[in-house]
Amino acid sequence: MENSNPIIKIDHLTYRYEKENVLEDISIEIPKGAFLGIVGPNGSGKSTLLKHLLGLIKVQQGEIRLFGTDIRSFKEWDRIGFVSQKANSFNTGFPATVFEVVLSGLTRKIGLFRFGSREDRKKVHAVLESVGMREFENRNIGELSGGQQQRVFIARALVSEPELLILDEPTVGVDAQNVNQFYDMLENLNKELHITLVLVTHDIGVISDKVTHVACLNKNLHFHGSTMEFNALKEQDLSSIYGHGVQVITHQH
Amino acid sequence: MISGLFQYEFLQNAFLTGIIIGVLAPLLGVFVVVRRLSLIADALSHVTLAGIAFSLLLEKKLGILAGLNPLYMGMTFSVIGALFIERLRNVYKHYQELAIPIILSGGIGLSAIFISIADGFNTDLFSYLFGSVSAVTRMDLWIIMGICILVIIAIIVLYKELFLLSFDEEHARASGVPAKLIHFIFILLVALVIAASMRIVGILLVSSLMTLPVAASIRIATGFKQTILYSVLFGEAAVVGGLFLSYYLDWAPGGTIVLLAILILIATILYKKIRLRMV
Repeated sequence: MENSNPIIKIDHLTYRYEKENVLEDISIEIPKGAFLGIVGPNGSGKSTLLKHLLGLIKVQQGEIRLFGTDIRSFKEWDRIGFVSQKANSFNTGFPATVFEVVLSGLTRKIGLFRFGSREDRKKVHAVLESVGMREFENRNIGELSGGQQQRVFIARALVSEPELLILDEPTVGVDAQNVNQFYDMLENLNKELHITLVLVTHDIGVISDKVTHVACLNKNLHFHGSTMEFNALKEQDLSSIYGHGVQVITHQH
Repeated sequence: MISGLFQYEFLQNAFLTGIIIGVLAPLLGVFVVVRRLSLIADALSHVTLAGIAFSLLLEKKLGILAGLNPLYMGMTFSVIGALFIERLRNVYKHYQELAIPIILSGGIGLSAIFISIADGFNTDLFSYLFGSVSAVTRMDLWIIMGICILVIIAIIVLYKELFLLSFDEEHARASGVPAKLIHFIFILLVALVIAASMRIVGILLVSSLMTLPVAASIRIATGFKQTILYSVLFGEAAVVGGLFLSYYLDWAPGGTIVLLAILILIATILYKKIRLRMV
């Protein structure tokens, strides 16, 4: 693609689970500064692909390179931030303040056997400020609304100043009203701070609005290109991916 | 009792041990509870009992290990039990909690067999089941102090990793924290603390000292550090208060400590209710 040094380069990735192909021969390059939306129906392997990128699943067949390094020997995980589906990733009764949660985003950067410094605390305050959650820093995370919690998780991912931010259906459990705001914030991160974003979503409406690149996944890669090319696709092309008549839904939750 | 504290070594042993346990058990208990592993403490305490029964059996039947503190064998069994739980959790990926009843019943089964082979023990075993003030030796105290130092250093050094692992395991692993290793160390610490606590509160009540103060603390604390602080305070209050009461009333210390911990728990629940109503 347009950049000779892509942040992520996947080559012929195939993943089998219990004798079934979950991912088939995926090849994709994600250039620096991109805002890539990955869409696909349930069970299309979106989460499996993300787990590969985060090193949570070992590569069976094919190759993944992160920042030019083979993922099998990749060590600089603090260059990658991750925001998961809020709903199933933590228990809301957990006794931790917003501050403590965001500080935990620096765990890897501070390193084993070392303690956080005053600098680290300042970083936490700054990033909470930037997502508009500073005033909640001493509240327990469970007391906040879904949208507020998701902002805290974004802050946790951002506090280590990653170059790449991976988001897995981040708006699940966020009320419709705040979803737009949330995507505006992402767009901002991409444009102002030049963070490369990879967003997995089932919300195709968002894809055509905000992202710069689109990948359609259903076991294999059905489409990969710029958003303009994606928008030029006809509806029947999309339904061939989803396997049935698909409606382009805009921000409906 | 105050004057007794200066006079009798056994009272000093019991008290100092109690104070240490009052810090250790709830401190580790916070991580145990938030990681939803409360029942692991129960499983491991029963395995510890098997170790103690085994040690007493060897001593009675074969005369070996006569001078050895049964606590060592208890700890060994507890640690081995912890390793088995980890293995089983990997075997039953979708039913991770299954590991706990397997190990718990295994521990009790082994204990029963050892006890029957030995044709029963003297009253000693009773003190292991329900705890005893008079049973704590100076040697026990030293062992428990050693464990205390080890655990506190480990918690301080690994605090941020343990926190992240407890809060969001997937995120911990995705950000490159050596989750398996840290979890392993954590389980070993739990096994050691259970073996150490059992002298005072007894095998059957050990897990309560890890969970009850934490359950009370979670009701009213804000943030993780405060949860730890309140847990330790409640645990300490229950242990020290329980030891005093049991001494004067001649009750089993383990039971007294646990009942005090439950009273504290009820008090915090009521306090929270009243506060919510006032807002």
